[in-house]
Amino acid sequence: MTYANTAEVRAASAPARAGADARPVIAIAGLTKTYASGFPALKKIDLEIRKGEIFALLGPNGAGKTTLISIVCGIVTPSGGTVLVDGHDIIRDYRAARAKIGLVPQELTTDMFETVWATVNFSRRLFGRSPDPTHIERVLRGLSLWEKRKNKIMTLSGGMKRRVLIAKALAHEPEILFLDEPTAGVDVELRRDMWALVRELRAKGVTIILTTHYIDEAEEMADRIGVVHKGELIVVEEKTKLMKQLGKKQLTFHLQEPLASVPPELSGWRLVLKDGGRELEYTFNGSEEETGIPELVRRVGELGIGFKDLETRQSSLEDIFVSLVSDRR
Amino acid sequence: MNSVAKHCIFNGHAIAAIYKFEMARALRTLLQSVVTPVITTSLYFVVFGAAIGPRMSQVGGVQYGAFIVPGLMMLSLLTQSIMNASFGIYFPKFTGTIYEILSAPVSSVEIVIGYVGAAATKSIVLGLVILATAALFVPIQILHPFWMIAFLVLTAAAFSLFGFIIGLWADGFEKLQFIPMLIITPLTFLGGAFYSIDILPPPWRAVSLFNPIVYLISGFRWSFHETSDVSVEISLAMTLVFFFLCLGVVAWIFKTGYRLKN
Repeated sequence: MTYANTAEVRAASAPARAGADARPVIAIAGLTKTYASGFPALKKIDLEIRKGEIFALLGPNGAGKTTLISIVCGIVTPSGGTVLVDGHDIIRDYRAARAKIGLVPQELTTDMFETVWATVNFSRRLFGRSPDPTHIERVLRGLSLWEKRKNKIMTLSGGMKRRVLIAKALAHEPEILFLDEPTAGVDVELRRDMWALVRELRAKGVTIILTTHYIDEAEEMADRIGVVHKGELIVVEEKTKLMKQLGKKQLTFHLQEPLASVPPELSGWRLVLKDGGRELEYTFNGSEEETGIPELVRRVGELGIGFKDLETRQSSLEDIFVSLVSDRR
Repeated sequence: MNSVAKHCIFNGHAIAAIYKFEMARALRTLLQSVVTPVITTSLYFVVFGAAIGPRMSQVGGVQYGAFIVPGLMMLSLLTQSIMNASFGIYFPKFTGTIYEILSAPVSSVEIVIGYVGAAATKSIVLGLVILATAALFVPIQILHPFWMIAFLVLTAAAFSLFGFIIGLWADGFEKLQFIPMLIITPLTFLGGAFYSIDILPPPWRAVSLFNPIVYLISGFRWSFHETSDVSVEISLAMTLVFFFLCLGVVAWIFKTGYRLKN
């Protein structure tokens, strides 16, 4: 899938990366939302999104991710706080703010009887842009929808409908793209295509904010990560820093003979026995300078504990996410 | 970015897009939209014109078949304006596609112009189709064509606005049917669509004057035959009052986000 030709992307990617500077393209301050039922969906959110970055919002179901996105896009009215999109207030100056944003919603909400071509052109004009068949053709070709342009949307598969929603969001050439659970329930091929598209859009300077349940995707794609939990933003960090700060590493000795208990000589290390004493597992912080590994290996050897293999494992973003959220239960 | 700067004031593209979308919806169901009123009108003329009409005396100096034409047009105009506009805005709410309208750089006035404009256009065309069908059965005279068009457009716009309100308010398909079927249709039948309220006994005539539809039909009929149950100025004033009342309610809905936004 090519959203733009490769040369164009390559040419655009250098300045775009440089553009991922500290200037916020979205500035959210003190944002709160309490629904009519009294449910506090968001509690004082402060967040700045940088121009040109890929920002992943993680959080369990019902954490407030979609509410946050919906407020920025104008679908939900905030209870308090301000949101500026490229300097434009989303309420006072909503036209300028919304014109910059494209939204791909979580649900597959499309018109059933319209053709692909008609619905994507509709989106462009709804966002105040003059008809531009060339741009629409480029978007449809990029999403492998060109052959289906005359089809009614109701005849398309779920994956194709998802592509239509993305095409609609890109029809008015937005500078900021919100993807709310873009890969929920889509097949492997579309997921791969989708991430290729996200990379290409980023290379063109588009800021991308996404929510996902597939944390491995956020780990692979995002520049920065925000974790929302019970209406609060509990962490906002560069992905690499987050992984380093909160990531744990594990060293596992696969023993030749099972041990009944951890020998007292090794009590200086955080060790646990697993798999009926056949595995000795050492957990340490990835950011620590001194891991104590060389000393541990030497002591294990001195004690005559034989091992046939050594294995190290670094905790994934998913592990970090689960521990962050479960700490606050 | 010129276009962005331009639509900071007025998003004409969005109005055109919504209008075109709604008109395309009507074209897809052209058969129901046109054939149904033609058949219904023909049936009314078979029953009231051919079967009963010859036994009726003239009403206000007008042949009965010709007398009922404005009432028949109003009957369809009112119900269809409501149905068109209410369905137009209810369906995106039902399917969820409303998200796109709400997230677009488009003002509530532009949304209303798009949806209500399309619904009114459809019912005006429908009214004219009924008129053309009626012309096949009875000779048509329109003494005040300007006022005929004015009443047609104003009533279509007012009831499309009313339908838009119903579409925003409704949270189920049955509610869309409720007001046109259970309130508007009976009020139209009792509002002198097929008779002059002058022929009613005085108490019922007095009761009829509380029916707002009486004024709409009366004014519209005046533009055809120069006969009316109430003065044409009052008819015009009542139509305008209803139009602005609906406009006020729509403005309030968009201001508060009632049934539109959480």
